[in-house]
Amino acid sequence: MKRKQRENKSNNPKTKEYTIITYLFFLLFIGMTAYYVFFMFFRSENFINSPYNALQNLFAEHVVRGDIVSSDGETLATTKVDEDLNEHREYPHDEMFAHVIGYATNGKAGLENQMNFSLLRSHTFFVDRMINDFSNQKNDGDTVVSSLNYQLQKAAYYALDDADGAVIVMEPKTGRILAMVSKPDYNPNTIEKNWEKINEGTSSELVNRVTQGQYAPGSVFKIFTTVEFYRENLNGLKNYEFECNGSFTAGGKTIHCASNQSHGKENLEMSFANSCNASYANISLQLDPDAFQSTLDDMLFNKDLPIAFESNKSVVSISSQDGKNMIMDTAIGQGKTYVSPLHMAMIISALDNDGTVMRPYLVDKVTNKSGVTVRNYKPQKYKTIFSEDECELFHDYLDAVISHGTAKMFIGQSYDVYGKTGTAQVSDSTDQVNSWFVAYAQQKGYEDIAIAVVVEDSGKVGLTGTRVAKKIFDAYYK
Amino acid sequence: MLHIFVQISKFLLILLILLYTFECFAAFRVEARELRHSVYIRQRVLMYFIHALAFAVLYFTTMNTQMIGIYVLQCFLITAILALYHIFYKEANQIILNNMCMLLIIGFIILTRLSYSKSLKQFFFCLAGLFICVIIPIIMQSVSIFRNLSWIYAIVGVLGLASVTILGRVEYGAKLSLSFGSFSIQPSEFVKILFVFFLASRLYDKKDFKNLLLTGICAAVFMLFLVAAKDLGGAFLYYTTFVIMIYVATERFLYLLGGGGLLAVAAFAGYHIFSHVQVRVLAWLNPLSVYEKEGYQVSQSLFGIGTGGWFGLGLNQGLPNKIPIVEKDFVFAAISEELGGIFALCVIFICLSVFFMFMNIAIKMRDDFYKLIAIGLATIYALQVFLTIGGTIKFIPSTGVTLPLISYGGSSLLSTFIFFGIIQGLYVRNMTEEEKGTTDLDEKKTKRK
Repeated sequence: MKRKQRENKSNNPKTKEYTIITYLFFLLFIGMTAYYVFFMFFRSENFINSPYNALQNLFAEHVVRGDIVSSDGETLATTKVDEDLNEHREYPHDEMFAHVIGYATNGKAGLENQMNFSLLRSHTFFVDRMINDFSNQKNDGDTVVSSLNYQLQKAAYYALDDADGAVIVMEPKTGRILAMVSKPDYNPNTIEKNWEKINEGTSSELVNRVTQGQYAPGSVFKIFTTVEFYRENLNGLKNYEFECNGSFTAGGKTIHCASNQSHGKENLEMSFANSCNASYANISLQLDPDAFQSTLDDMLFNKDLPIAFESNKSVVSISSQDGKNMIMDTAIGQGKTYVSPLHMAMIISALDNDGTVMRPYLVDKVTNKSGVTVRNYKPQKYKTIFSEDECELFHDYLDAVISHGTAKMFIGQSYDVYGKTGTAQVSDSTDQVNSWFVAYAQQKGYEDIAIAVVVEDSGKVGLTGTRVAKKIFDAYYK
Repeated sequence: MLHIFVQISKFLLILLILLYTFECFAAFRVEARELRHSVYIRQRVLMYFIHALAFAVLYFTTMNTQMIGIYVLQCFLITAILALYHIFYKEANQIILNNMCMLLIIGFIILTRLSYSKSLKQFFFCLAGLFICVIIPIIMQSVSIFRNLSWIYAIVGVLGLASVTILGRVEYGAKLSLSFGSFSIQPSEFVKILFVFFLASRLYDKKDFKNLLLTGICAAVFMLFLVAAKDLGGAFLYYTTFVIMIYVATERFLYLLGGGGLLAVAAFAGYHIFSHVQVRVLAWLNPLSVYEKEGYQVSQSLFGIGTGGWFGLGLNQGLPNKIPIVEKDFVFAAISEELGGIFALCVIFICLSVFFMFMNIAIKMRDDFYKLIAIGLATIYALQVFLTIGGTIKFIPSTGVTLPLISYGGSSLLSTFIFFGIIQGLYVRNMTEEEKGTTDLDEKKTKRK
């Protein structure tokens, strides 16, 4: 063939253009084919696992939905088949894993939704599958082994007690989520029966507050204000000094410290440890609002978080057009800023992981019914948002919060906690405040863990974020 | 039991189509005629097997006896095409013939699976096509005034397009067809053949700038009507064909580059002028983000392709009918979903082999007019395949072009039959001329001049 073409070339000068066109289209087709192969290997997962994909449910005709288990071996969801071959989805721990495991009737949510396709695939031994096919029996779906730790989830669930709120525990170095609790909750075993009642109610039981919650961050936000101040004053940071007399007034607005307490003379570290609103209001007016906004955008505000769960964006907006009152409010975590606990857990995790945010994930692996691994999920870096210097700085500051600041209850524990408290006013019109605590904890011989807790209306329920966190740390480092 | 039958036949179908595709390209290498002949026979055996096996699955999964009826009809039709070619054109290009039948069969299989009634209609279109198969090559060989009719092509062609722009009804944001009651026709499918003839007749002997300009202005009129009907996929098809034919006729690379540059400018302008282009581009970049509206079709297509995976779900095991207009623009997604990614790749390669054969014939033709016709048709064929499949798999934004011989639709099918008929006619003509000897031909040429 090639030889022939060459002959043609010699006696017919017109061959050249035709050859070029042939190659042009050949390349076009190869490009298309390559994309198709690329899609099949690397992009199809997104579409296969999409909750919109109706094809998933076809597999239920030949497969009994698989189990979901915790990383420490506890069954979290399973399907029981009765004598008449009716299938029932059962959740042995009732409300404890409600939001994170989700449900598979009346639509889907949680891991039941995210891992739907895996649960409906069967990788049992192929001989067994053949036998099942011949005898018209269903195959066993694959098992999803989640990263959730039963003991920690239990501790978090009971620590939050009757309060509404959210808890998330994750490993900063990997992004594995160990516990995820949201209250109020529902019982997935009876959700089908109670569906109408749940949807009529006003307490939004179905909302996963960890990923979808929109809370004013309160003083937790001072982490961001501090990092912006640090970035704009690389050299002058040590010289910062502020005389706190319990409040700070500018632009016609007075910002009060908690209980109007006067903190006296403070440097930046003490301002942070004391969570001094007056000092931070003072700092906020020295910042370049536009630079601050771009820092916040880098810190995962105003964008979808990298998790395959129903989630809401954290929102913040600050600009040089804002008045002083608005800027001060924003800097101390009030104003029009709303964050999700997941987001805050990712931020505090990054500070414990040399500034790098790991993609948070909930599934360690998928195995077949007898435990042979079908697919492993590996930790993935998402983005580096803090420099090493900043991490070191915050390590000291977060330590100061424990040693002589607002979270002294962690002094003298077997583990070291580095955290920031927050008390956020829900709105100007009510007295309701939410109590925040974000922290990472370390102890030799254990993986570090990070936590974000919100307790809604903490004054009324008499519970704080720090108390919830302590119970979880105690359970982990026992 | 049925499940297992479907699963096993799924893998068998993939194996058979792999063998078939391999033979397509193996045939390029084989020099000896007898050996080539055995390749053709093997391909035919394979295509009959594929057809029979697929319909066995369709029958057993539906237990609908209509499946057997339509299978017999289709079988008869394919045999008739092969027989007629055997009788009238022993010299016809056997690879193109086989691939035409193979693609038709794939179309029959997937269309019958998608909609029995549409498949039946498609069968009757094919019957009409059978007539075209026989008549066109004869016309191509015996009539030699084609090169002198350039203005007739232009006038008829532009009138055809104008009729759609003015009278056509809007479908999916573009005007594509004329309706007469329940019957509708897409003139642009046929006008593209006239367009190629027009360009070839203008460009085969005169290559001065004035003539190019005049030809370009006429071609622009064709495209303006398509743009006015918002058929941008069609406009792109015509434009690219125009640029490539100019380039080949003038042998100036600059025209190809300039044409490409102009296209980029036009694409940019088109994006900003037409809202339905922006919608399609958005649906292309992130279909899931606009799932409820613009991204729905591409998302459904990708659900099908993704969930089907390399081996497919098996015939009648998926939900390809969830994809809007799956039987036309998105037929490739249905193939990928139920017959599998490997099968779908084979379809791409079979189409590629058809294009290679077209180009091979274009190169071998000695007469410039016929050379240009061949490359023009080859370009349109390859572009259509590229635009449809590329749009289905989200490689490019979807353009609303059909997959020749596989997609449902009479206009598309008949115009493709004409394509293949013309190419076969050229091939036979060239073969007979070669046999007569080249000196003979050269003499004729000089005499005519």
